[in-house]
Amino acid sequence: MKKTKKLIKNNIGFLYILPWVIGFAAFKLYPFASSFYYSFTDYILRKGQAVTRYGLFNYQEFFTNKDMLKAFFVTFRYAFMTVPLKLLFALFVAYILSFKIKGVGLFRTAYYIPSILGGSVAIAVLWSALFQKQGIINGILGAVGIAGPSWLGDGNLALFTICLLRVWQFGSAMVIFLAALKGIPTDLYESAAIDGAGSAIRFAKITVPLITPSIFYNLVTQLVQAFQEFNGPYIITKGGPNQATTLISLLIYGQAFQRFQMGMASAMAWILFVVVGALSAIAFASQKHWVYYADEVAK
Amino acid sequence: MKKRGKRGQVQTALRYIVLIGVGVLMLYPLIWMVFATFKSNAEIFGSIALWPEKWNFEAYKSIFKKYSGQLNLPMAMANTYKMVLTKVAFTVASATLTAYGFARFNFIGHKTLFAVMISTLFLPQTVLNAPQYIMFAKWGMLDSYLPIVLPSLFAVDTYFVFMLVQFLRGIPKEMEEAAAIDGCNSFQTLLRVICPMLSPAMVSCALFQFMWSSNDFMGPLIYISTVAKKPASVFIKMCMDTDAGTAWNRILAFSLLALAPSLVIFFFAQKTFVEGISAGSLKG
Repeated sequence: MKKTKKLIKNNIGFLYILPWVIGFAAFKLYPFASSFYYSFTDYILRKGQAVTRYGLFNYQEFFTNKDMLKAFFVTFRYAFMTVPLKLLFALFVAYILSFKIKGVGLFRTAYYIPSILGGSVAIAVLWSALFQKQGIINGILGAVGIAGPSWLGDGNLALFTICLLRVWQFGSAMVIFLAALKGIPTDLYESAAIDGAGSAIRFAKITVPLITPSIFYNLVTQLVQAFQEFNGPYIITKGGPNQATTLISLLIYGQAFQRFQMGMASAMAWILFVVVGALSAIAFASQKHWVYYADEVAK
Repeated sequence: MKKRGKRGQVQTALRYIVLIGVGVLMLYPLIWMVFATFKSNAEIFGSIALWPEKWNFEAYKSIFKKYSGQLNLPMAMANTYKMVLTKVAFTVASATLTAYGFARFNFIGHKTLFAVMISTLFLPQTVLNAPQYIMFAKWGMLDSYLPIVLPSLFAVDTYFVFMLVQFLRGIPKEMEEAAAIDGCNSFQTLLRVICPMLSPAMVSCALFQFMWSSNDFMGPLIYISTVAKKPASVFIKMCMDTDAGTAWNRILAFSLLALAPSLVIFFFAQKTFVEGISAGSLKG
């Protein structure tokens, strides 16, 4: 009796995290595990439809189906185009903002607005208006004598257009870089300047190493996000033209919620998960080679 | 800067030019959007001038036009904020409880559970969509807001838990110890001591959740099938499917109005947003 009381008293904190424990079990762990199970079945969600086959056939289908492989490839292209562009741009702007600039707050706010609104359908609508053949982007290009291309009609350009929508939302990554840049002690720069280091060398040898934790954080979060991109291609290009912007998330959506092929959708989702997991694992494993945490450097 | 003389001045000028240029790239599309809603469809695609040649209020006259005979923009926005406000309240409450549990108590499995919680930050929602849908179908919750709102009651958006834990770690424990001596139990301490101090971080969670769930498209797209129940995000996509090519001014006007609440909130609370995003990231 006394023992149980003590046990409860010592673990009272568990009661506070109980909502999360339930939520984790019901809305994360169980669906996660069950999708692994479904991925080996031919489960179709309709009244009375039961599983009739078990096996690896969904995975076999994936690796032999041209459209699915293409979506896989397009997703990689999208992610490896978007993430570096976005991070480089974010770092570049954050670096400029880290100098003594009047109105930093104003610039920061302006740059941040797209990040807050950019994921919305409304902005995707705006984007498709801007990039129409007769749209304002081509209008401005025409005014300076460049014949604007058909942004949404050409496969590569369409992918680039939805990539730009993400790059435009560089604000949150930038704010994180800026906080890291502001945290670099100025005496480091001063002593480097005395030693005769130019600004390029200072940037490469002091700035970049000291903000590697935030580069790492931005890299991983943006990568996870990019592999899940849905709204942009779904609304702006509808996966087209000729499936050039059909990212894997669009295919999963089609399989799961238009055809209710839950088995196939789960298999594709798991392939996506393994890819994202592997990339994050590589990033985490590579950390010790290039990410410097402040407490290690200071000593 | 002064010592470096002319070269420094040129550099500073260059920096301002770049910053202003980037600012224009960021904001011009939005400003263009505002004016485009007052242009005719022909003018939107025929002129690069920002200012409308002729102010056209056609787009705003169809605000109450019902699509599929069942849903107009104000109704759709009401649906959105029904969901969003519930979700915000649920999230702040559940995330605060969980963060308090993790930051202030020790219990069996604390370390493991915390690691599990952090790792779910990297679990793609795309993997969970299909099985969650099957689950909610079995529970008979399809075509209701429950699949979208209910999980928030259980702190599933661990980003917010993490953010609050980080903030709590920075708050000294003396006040709580004093409260305990005064006979407060741990829940009373949470309400009377922790919450007042944690409130800036809680506000920041509420604001982020407000923005993110207002933007949410995939959730309602999957779960809500009755047209009259659809939120603004899905409504705009519906309008785009019927009107694109014919009435861009109208779709843009609807989009702008749907963004308006988020924009207003952002302008009133911009500092919270900008500081919140860096507080939530890894501070080391």
